[in-house]
Amino acid sequence: MRIPPPAAALPLHGETTAEVQDIAPAYESRGVWRLALDVFVQNRLAVVGVGIVVFMVLFCFVGPIFYRTDQLTTDLNNQFLAPGAGHLLGTDNLGFDVIGRLMIGGQTSLEVGLAAALIATTFGVLWGAVAGFWGGVVDALMMRLVDVVLSIPALFLLLFLAVAFEPVDLPKLILVVAITAWLIPARLIRGEALTLRTREYVEAVSMMGGRGSRIVLRHIIPNTVGTIMVNATFQVADAILLVAGLSFLGLGIPPPATNWGAMLSDGVTYVYDGWWWLIYPAGAAIVLTVVAFNFIGDALRDALEVRLHRR
Amino acid sequence: MLGYIVRRLLQAVLITLGVTLVVFLLLHIIPGGSVARAILGPRANALQIAQFNRDNGLDQALPVQYITYLGQITGFGSLFAGHGWQINLGYSYKLNQSVASILVQDIPRTMLLVGVSTALAIVVAVPLGIYQAVRRNRIDDYVLTAASFIFYSMPIFWLGIILIVIFAGGLLHVLPSEGPQGTTFGDVLSELPALILPVASLSLVTIASFSRYMRSSTIENMVQDYVRTARAKGASNSRVLFVHVLRNAMIPLLTLIGLSIGFIFSGALITEALFNYPGMGYRFWNAAQSQDYPVILGIIIVAALATVIGNLLADVMYAVADPRVRYSK
Repeated sequence: MRIPPPAAALPLHGETTAEVQDIAPAYESRGVWRLALDVFVQNRLAVVGVGIVVFMVLFCFVGPIFYRTDQLTTDLNNQFLAPGAGHLLGTDNLGFDVIGRLMIGGQTSLEVGLAAALIATTFGVLWGAVAGFWGGVVDALMMRLVDVVLSIPALFLLLFLAVAFEPVDLPKLILVVAITAWLIPARLIRGEALTLRTREYVEAVSMMGGRGSRIVLRHIIPNTVGTIMVNATFQVADAILLVAGLSFLGLGIPPPATNWGAMLSDGVTYVYDGWWWLIYPAGAAIVLTVVAFNFIGDALRDALEVRLHRR
Repeated sequence: MLGYIVRRLLQAVLITLGVTLVVFLLLHIIPGGSVARAILGPRANALQIAQFNRDNGLDQALPVQYITYLGQITGFGSLFAGHGWQINLGYSYKLNQSVASILVQDIPRTMLLVGVSTALAIVVAVPLGIYQAVRRNRIDDYVLTAASFIFYSMPIFWLGIILIVIFAGGLLHVLPSEGPQGTTFGDVLSELPALILPVASLSLVTIASFSRYMRSSTIENMVQDYVRTARAKGASNSRVLFVHVLRNAMIPLLTLIGLSIGFIFSGALITEALFNYPGMGYRFWNAAQSQDYPVILGIIIVAALATVIGNLLADVMYAVADPRVRYSK
C-alpha cells in the first residue's frame, strides 16, 4: 500500500512554485485507478477485447456509410449467391447482402446489449446495496422480490414477455432484457454489502454519525466497484447472447430488422446445403463480440482486485 | 442451524407463492384484454366472452380469482371440495388436454437433460478450475482459459449446430442429430446415444462458466492470510489446496450453481428446440409460438419451482460452509 507523503509536501492553497507543481501531478497520477489501468493495459487479452469492440462498433455503425447495400427490399432473383465480386460474403435466403446484414444486425445486437446492461446494472446495484446494508425486514422484502423474479428462468420470462407484447420493437426488447438482467447485480452487490457492513471502517463511519445513504453511496458501493464493473461487462455479453437466443427461437424483432441471432435462425435451415456464409459469419460475429466483452470483464477483475497485487 | 433451514424453507414457500402471484398477474396482463379473448380467438363476440367468463369464474373479483387459482394449482381446492388431491395447472384449448397431463410426460425428460448436464459440469469444472489456478499464467492455463472463454461466449444453439455438423453430418456421422423421442423414461434411457449431443451442448457451456469461477475463486483464496498461516504451520501443498483452499473456494461456486439453475433451464429450452427433444422447454417454445397461455404459465410455475428448490439447497449449503455470513441482525 502506498503511504501518502507527509502533509508538508502536499501542495497548499495559493502555492504555485515549480517544485510543488512537479510533485502534485506525480502523486495524483499514481492513484488506485492509474494502477488498475496499468494492469489492464498490460493484459494483452484485454487490449484485444477493446480492439474487437471498437472494430465491431465501427463496422456496424460507420460501415454502412462506406459499404452501401439495400437492406429493405428483398431480391429473390439473387438469393443464396455464393461469396464473390458483387457480394463479398454472398447473399441470404431473401437476397440481402450478408455483410450489410451483419452490419445492421450488429447494430441491434450491440444497442440492446449495451443499453440493457446499463439499465440493469444501475438499478440492480442500488437495489442490492440498499438491501444488504439495511438488512432486516427491508432486506427480506427487497430480496424476496428478486428471488421471485429470479426463480423464473430468464429465457422463459423473456419468451413470455416477447409473446405477450408482440410486436416487439427495439425499446421494448431493451426493457424486457433489462427486466430479466437486473436481478444478478442486485444479488451480487447485496452479498458484498452483507459482509462490508460488518467491516471496521463501515462501523467507524456509522459510529462517527455517518448516515445510511452516505455509507451506501460513499463506502459500500465504491468498495464493490470492482464487482459492478466486472459484472456490467459480463451483462453486455449475456444480453447479446440472450437476444440471440430469443431471435433464434423466432420471437425477436420481426423482419426486415434483424440481429445476429435472427440471421442464424434463418441460416440453420440450410445447414446441410453447404451454404456456410449463412451460418458462420453471424455466429462468429456473436462469439467474437461476446468473447471480447468477457476478455474485458476478466481483465477488469484482475485489475481492480487489489488483494491480488500482494503476491 | 436448524432454525436457519426452517426459516429458509418458509422463505422458499413464500417465494413460490410470489411466483404464483406473478404468474396470475401475467395471465391478466395478456394483451387483447382478457384470457377469454386469448383462448376464444379474435372472432368471438361479446356474448360468447361473457359466457366464457361466467363459466370459468373470470367475472369475479381478482383476489377471489387468485384464491381459486391457488387452490387449483396446489390441489387443495379439490381436496377441500372432497374430490381428492388433484393438481390443476389449467387446460390447453389448443391441444385439448390438461396442462398437468402434458407436463407429466415432459418434465422427466427435461430433468434428465438438466440433471445429467449439471452433474457432469460440476464434476469436470471443479478439478479443472483448481488445476488452472495452480498452473496459473502457464501455457496450459492459457489454452484452457481460451477454450472456456470461447465455449462460454458461444450461443448454445451455435455450439449445437457445430456439434451436429461434426458428429451427425457428413464429417463423422456417428451420432443422431435428434434427441431421444421415447415417451417414457425407460424409452429415453434406451436411446442414450441420442442424448449425447444435447447433453454435450448444455454441459460444455456450463463447464466453461463454472470452471472460470472456480479458477478465480481458488486464486483469490490462495493469497489469503489463512493459507500463509497453514503453510507456516507446515501443511503440505496438497493439504493446503484440497483441505483449506478447496472448501473456501467452493463457497462462491455454491452460489453460482444456485444462480445458474435458471440459466441451465434456459439453455435446456434452446437445446431441446434445436435437437427436437420433447421436454418442457420444447413444449414451452411450441406454446409460445401458438400463444397457448395455459401451457406457457403452467411451465413457468414448474420451472420456477425447480429453481426455488435448487436455490434453497444452495443457500443451505452456503450457510453450512460459511458461518461468517450474517443473515440477520
